[in-house]
Amino acid sequence: MADKKFTMHVDVDAFLPATDEEKAYMVQMRPSSTFFKDGVKRLLKNKVATVSFILIILITLTAIILPMFWPYSYDAQLGIQPGKPVDASFANLKPMEYGRSELKRIEDGEKVFPHLFGTDSAGRDYFIRIVYGTRISLAVGFFASIIVLIIGMTVGAISGYCGGKVDLVIMRIVDIIYSLPDMLMVILLSSVLGTVLTPLIEGTVLAKIGSNIISLFIVFAVLYWVSMSRLIRGQILSLREQEYVLAARAAGASGSWIIRKHLIPNCISVVIISTALQIPNAIFTESYLSFLGLGVNAPMPSLGSLASDALNGITSYPYRLVIPAVVISLIVLSLNLFGDGLRDAFDPKLNA
Amino acid sequence: MNTKTLVYIFKRILLAILTVWVVITVTFFVMRAVPGGPFMSEKAITPAAQAALEAKYGLDKPLMQQYFTYLRDIVTKMDFGPSLKQRGRDVIDIIADGMKTSAKLGVIAAFSALGAGLVLGAVAALRRNKLIDKVIMVITTAFVSMPSFIMGSLLLVIFAIKMRVLPANGSTGAGLVLPIITLALYPMAYITRLTRSSMLDVLGQDYIRTARAKGVSGPRIIFGHALKNSLIPVITYFGPMLAYIVTGSLVVEQIFAVSGIGRAFINSITNRDYPLIMGTTIILAALIVILNLVSDILYKAVDPRITLE
Repeated sequence: MADKKFTMHVDVDAFLPATDEEKAYMVQMRPSSTFFKDGVKRLLKNKVATVSFILIILITLTAIILPMFWPYSYDAQLGIQPGKPVDASFANLKPMEYGRSELKRIEDGEKVFPHLFGTDSAGRDYFIRIVYGTRISLAVGFFASIIVLIIGMTVGAISGYCGGKVDLVIMRIVDIIYSLPDMLMVILLSSVLGTVLTPLIEGTVLAKIGSNIISLFIVFAVLYWVSMSRLIRGQILSLREQEYVLAARAAGASGSWIIRKHLIPNCISVVIISTALQIPNAIFTESYLSFLGLGVNAPMPSLGSLASDALNGITSYPYRLVIPAVVISLIVLSLNLFGDGLRDAFDPKLNA
Repeated sequence: MNTKTLVYIFKRILLAILTVWVVITVTFFVMRAVPGGPFMSEKAITPAAQAALEAKYGLDKPLMQQYFTYLRDIVTKMDFGPSLKQRGRDVIDIIADGMKTSAKLGVIAAFSALGAGLVLGAVAALRRNKLIDKVIMVITTAFVSMPSFIMGSLLLVIFAIKMRVLPANGSTGAGLVLPIITLALYPMAYITRLTRSSMLDVLGQDYIRTARAKGVSGPRIIFGHALKNSLIPVITYFGPMLAYIVTGSLVVEQIFAVSGIGRAFINSITNRDYPLIMGTTIILAALIVILNLVSDILYKAVDPRITLE
């Protein structure tokens, strides 16, 4: 072979089958990574988002687990015990102070669990009320976002998928709801729904949740799905026209295959991100309404209603306002920062 | 102004009118859905007196007729009927009274937010990644994630109760300082962030580099070239900001006991003064819709590159 080399200017060796060594060279050195793994990796690199995520997890776990074994409950008025006169010494305790009967028990050598943040004007342990209020606020935010997600996704997908007249009608409705001033409508609806719902749900499981929270959910279901459905409609419309969808169709892929393998995976990051950003929004709205007295039903606490109650005794007990204020701000801030981190990590396209 | 723009503006105005109509309709029927009617809370009322009251307020007529009367009175005379709880006063008078204070509050808050936000945003953009930029960004992030009622309560505790430098309430003079600050902080923080990012965007443009290369001085580049174009995104925030101020004033007026329209609204809800609730909702909603409309059209007017659908 070597003697023919001067006539042909092509290196014949180049056409020999590759040796194992050469094949090994072509093999990718790092293991292949999925989109999800890539995103998580990017997310973990973002320190702010990671810290916020840890904070959210900590707050959530505290809110769920702590009330289970805390010696006090959120609605027990410590000064009122069956068969005894009301012990007023339990009301408005400063942090780490004890009521009169508790002091006696301590003198007797018993151990009494301290009231970390004191008690409120009705003699209820304030620390557990804060924890419980956090739980309510988080739950409302989470479920409201899920409701918004389900309705928004369904309507958006129908609108984007069907197109034509259906799309036109849905989008006009969306336009109008979108231009309604949301807070005013929320206040109006929840002020009325509260009175309408109370007799309806009496005696059912729903009564435990309280008419105000249910009306809050209804309000979210009615008003807040529009931006989500707009987003999903836009996604579906643009994804439908992508070349790879056309390629898949040309290769004989069925409609359900295209939806499952192409449309949903490409939509899902946007959906998750906007749901994550919806949660602080819902918590914000809930606390705002609770502050105006339209939120959770007493004696159930939420961070907003705790802040609102604290306004009455603000001169003597300012910490009662500061604590829920700090917790709300912390939750909203960390959820927002985490949502931003999610967006940066999972949607490189948005991050132009 | 080409036809396309005019068609767009026309469409937007139509949508605005439609929106206000939807608000009126929703408000009307939602309020009528309350069980027992508006006089339920009045105890020990004889059927005859009840009928007389209902006749007086037109509640004995068929629902649709009530609706059209209500709509007609609003459109032709701006008449929202009399208040149920404040005897002898019309809803529109109560609203107009409250508006005087609230408008003052809102306008001052909006302009101070705009002024402070623009300056802080420009400073942050020009000193990008320096200490002052970081300080501004941290503070604005904190302000953006703090609900207005929390902000207001904290300011109340710090300045009126602990330090005693400003009065805790009042509808005039120094009493308005804290409510205005409370209302202005969130939009200010938002505008700061908006201005910073759009200013950074503009400063990276070719025409700024050209101006630099020509030897234009620093301040001249900022004020002559960069500022105008970085204002455009801020204009889009104009509408949402006023909407925020309107709804924010509901709680802020409550906290600082300012006798404005927000307080009247919240009080009307607790008192179940239905005509007042309806009137306030409709007026505030119309205000927000109109301001959004203006801000959208303004947006188009300042930047001819923007194409509207």
